[in-house]
Amino acid sequence: MAQMAYRDALNQALREEMARDPRVFLMGEEVGLYEGAYKVSKGLLQEFGPKRVIDTPIAEAGFTGVGIGAAMVGLRPVIEMMTFNFAILALDQIVNHAAKISYMSGGQYRVPIVIRGPGGAAFQLAAQHSQSMESYFCHVPGLKVVMPATPADAKGLLKSAIRDDGPVIFIESEVLYGFRGEVDEEEHLIPLGVAEVKRPGEDVTIVAWSKTLHLALEAAEALEQEGVSCEVVDPRTLRPLDKETILNSVRKTNRVVVLEEGARFSGVGAELASLISEEVFDLLDAPVYRVPGIDVPMPYARNLERAKIPTKERVIEAVHHVLYRQ
Amino acid sequence: MKHRAGRARQEGDAGALPLEKLLGMYRGMVKIRQFEEKAKELFQQALIRGGVHFYIGQEAVAVGACAALREDDYITSNHRGHGHCIAKGGRLDLMMAELMGKATGYCKGKGGSMHIADLDRGILGANGLVGGSMPIAAGAALSAKLRGTGQVTVSFFGDGGANIGAFHESLNFAAIWKLPVVYVCENNLYAISTCAAEATAVENIADRAAGYNIPGVIVDGQDILAVYDAVSQAVQRARRGEGPSLLEAKTYRFEGHFTGDPGVGYRTKEEVEAWRQRDPIAKFRDDLTATAGVDEAQLKAIWDEAAQELEAAVAFAKASPEPADEELLTDIYA
Ligand SMILES: Cc1ncc(C[n+]2csc(CCOP(=O)(O)OP(=O)(O)O)c2C)c(N)n1
Ligand SMILES: [Mg+2]
Repeated sequence: MAQMAYRDALNQALREEMARDPRVFLMGEEVGLYEGAYKVSKGLLQEFGPKRVIDTPIAEAGFTGVGIGAAMVGLRPVIEMMTFNFAILALDQIVNHAAKISYMSGGQYRVPIVIRGPGGAAFQLAAQHSQSMESYFCHVPGLKVVMPATPADAKGLLKSAIRDDGPVIFIESEVLYGFRGEVDEEEHLIPLGVAEVKRPGEDVTIVAWSKTLHLALEAAEALEQEGVSCEVVDPRTLRPLDKETILNSVRKTNRVVVLEEGARFSGVGAELASLISEEVFDLLDAPVYRVPGIDVPMPYARNLERAKIPTKERVIEAVHHVLYRQ
Repeated sequence: MKHRAGRARQEGDAGALPLEKLLGMYRGMVKIRQFEEKAKELFQQALIRGGVHFYIGQEAVAVGACAALREDDYITSNHRGHGHCIAKGGRLDLMMAELMGKATGYCKGKGGSMHIADLDRGILGANGLVGGSMPIAAGAALSAKLRGTGQVTVSFFGDGGANIGAFHESLNFAAIWKLPVVYVCENNLYAISTCAAEATAVENIADRAAGYNIPGVIVDGQDILAVYDAVSQAVQRARRGEGPSLLEAKTYRFEGHFTGDPGVGYRTKEEVEAWRQRDPIAKFRDDLTATAGVDEAQLKAIWDEAAQELEAAVAFAKASPEPADEELLTDIYA
């Protein structure tokens, strides 16, 4: 085990997989010489050379499509989006092509591609650079959607994503790149589609992923002080979703708060709320309560940005709400 | 179709410009330089946040191009947009308030550096997506054409922006429909650290004009009069209904890509220094004193006036309130 930053854990995953499998290569804007806008590809150009670490012009639709073509006939590309906001330009390739080629070709072609990069809000980057896009991708059959919250998960899940034979959307977090944690330096794989209970508890389940997991843990810590025990569940992969781990937690606590940075309407939280009410309605002591981003584009001003995204205070309030406390 | 725009002084070109116009152009460049230097300082003090892409070194392009426009003409801009906005007449106080996220800013503090827009001055907005504004420029031009207003649109974009699909689609639209739009590529040699020579197969972005059967013009982007000449010709052509042009201004950003990039590692100190020697403001100052009979005192007065305006803008922004919480929920739907 070693302490390392989230970005270094991702770097280690890329390095190990590239060393293990010569078909794996990294492609995107500024991934080579510049070592990535967030330095996730540090040292990779030097180690693997320009055939394996490929800088592209600014052309998201283009290089995503190039990756898909390469994946269809023998390679395993990892495509870096400088940020996931720019993946919107590549939605045609991702949604119309990567996600459906296996199905449309009757299983003849596979598209083993990973599309990765940071998503979500950082610090006052405003409406076009702060988007939480997991719900866009979760809606598309054929895509897997992964969102690691810790360095260990980042490493283990990225390695599994690269080994997956279909397209994986791997959304990192800009504000977690410097976040440090214990990481297994040996071969460390976490299967896709397996959630983890990040903090056990009895009274209320909080479901949270990526950056908001840390908000949930902070809130749980504060609530512990007032005698409320929260269980925090991190799905880690949003699609396919590990329903059982989430439902088992709810069966125990009978109350749920779902945290999500993205906008409320049609968010992933809506899917979770529906799942929970369909499966364990009789066991609920309160309706599923969501703490999502407010349904507006991200404003620039600091005070408005704070008002838009979930905060620890809002999580604590939500927990009080499902406990019918004031 | 391609030609290199020189400094030929034909009637209607810079040589025939009235002194007042020339000094106005000088004032525009100075305002941009001072604004950006101040924004840098305020960013270091965390009074401006997010990410800011400075325009320092490229002032001749925005000011030369906008000097060729009517007040009611349109511009679209990119992530490096402060210069374009000031050149089109944008107000420093409203810009500064926006950068500080204040309620009095151009966008009520909701936009920030990458989204400043000014409806009254035909500034359709800075844009955080590379290439995002290129089809929008064609759309503004289509509107002007259909409404028969004679307005022209100038679309600013970078060498990196020239490689995104929107570039091709926009130029093709503009060409087939003979839209009154001038695409001005600011080739500052890099898109972040990516060297234009490695991202583009042609030597000049302007060479691609041939693919759209429109004029492609290369101009020295450090020479404001050359930019003015070239854009004037393209604008006149557009107003006559003869369609779009693709201009390429060879220029350089003196700073890093944005506030988070020191701008070294991918370009040599010597290269940066050599370009700094070609400071567009210094060059224009020399031109004005050597050939237009302007004296240093006049230029200094312009510099000082601009500094005062900027100081007032900063004071205004600092004294302005943050947006009210209710603003979070307004302006989403019409
Ligand atoms: C579609 C899209 N992809 C990537 C980015 C990230 N990005 C911002 S500016 C930039 C480089 C732009 O280079 P260029 O067009 O040459 O303009 P310059 O910065 O040199 O003025 C990149 C890659 C973005 N904003 N939008
Ligand atoms: Mg550039």
